[in-house]
Amino acid sequence: MQQKVLIMIPCYNEADALPLLLKELLALKLPAYQLTFLVINDCSKDNTFEVAKKFPIKVLDLPTNLGIGGAVQSGLKYAKNNGFDIAIQLDGDGQHPPDQIIELLNAREKFDADLVIGSRFLDKKGFQSSFMRRIGIKYFYRLNQLLTGNNIYDSTSGFRLMGAKAINIAVNYYPDDYPEPESLVTFSKAGLKIKEVPVVMSHRLGGVSSISNSSSLYYCVKVTMSMLFSFIRKPK
Amino acid sequence: MMSRIQLITIIINVLFLIYISRLIIKGKLREEYAIVWWVCTGVLLLFALWTQGLDIMSNLFGVYEPANLVFTGFIFVILTYLLHLSVVNSKLQRNMTTITQELALLKEKTDQKAED
Repeated sequence: MQQKVLIMIPCYNEADALPLLLKELLALKLPAYQLTFLVINDCSKDNTFEVAKKFPIKVLDLPTNLGIGGAVQSGLKYAKNNGFDIAIQLDGDGQHPPDQIIELLNAREKFDADLVIGSRFLDKKGFQSSFMRRIGIKYFYRLNQLLTGNNIYDSTSGFRLMGAKAINIAVNYYPDDYPEPESLVTFSKAGLKIKEVPVVMSHRLGGVSSISNSSSLYYCVKVTMSMLFSFIRKPK
Repeated sequence: MMSRIQLITIIINVLFLIYISRLIIKGKLREEYAIVWWVCTGVLLLFALWTQGLDIMSNLFGVYEPANLVFTGFIFVILTYLLHLSVVNSKLQRNMTTITQELALLKEKTDQKAED
């Protein structure tokens, strides 16, 4: 039986990068899986919604801007409501090449993982991010290791696969902004199996990172706090 | 005989109480948030009427200047109330996130029905 896979693409002002990405995605052939594509338009100021609507895909149009976490969570709610086995998150800016999706799916099959993270750092190939960003990522690697005992190098990676167990947890609680590192703590406390696989990422085709330089300190402090509190919080 | 400042304070307090009541009656202020305003105004009114009150309370707490007791007390109340507002705000934001998500999901469903 084919597994139902939802490919979620959270978008904020990605009208420029989206057409190419969607073309690549629609050309994807994965016979073992039944793929559905879902663009989540997080109240973009440009015409992301109209661009996405031109393609034969599903579109969620959020009436207010929720941030990446809220957008991804709506996609996960869609996955749960419509009985998907797997949800894969892929950034709308073209940073995560569609041909790498199979790597995540294979890792799930091979290791029976509930959460698979596509990592830039396991193999030093492709776009490696800036120096400061790498220091921050190293810091989160250590913090995550301390709190959960997992060795996840790219804990901020937004290229990830979630199985049904992870989806069920995330529809109830998923952080609004900068959700990636914090959710790792929540998932690992719930006893989920987390696996990281190397993927080759490219430079973003358009749009800007949700984390600018000026706010990176805020990012570190906020995420550290959320991770600590997630660590203390009792799982529901 | 009441002093001038005492009279002014009492009048302002009473006006404030009336204003809060009007807001509640008109449905512009929820009772749960009004309680703290009622209590604060009540305390101010109490000390406006009971002139020795502040000195007695300061002595009781061991505060040297009565004015410092007023500042400390009110800063504490204000900070607590601000925290309460942050809690309310967080709750509102959580509710709004849920509503936004449900609305988007519903919209997708109806669009899908219309297309089929």
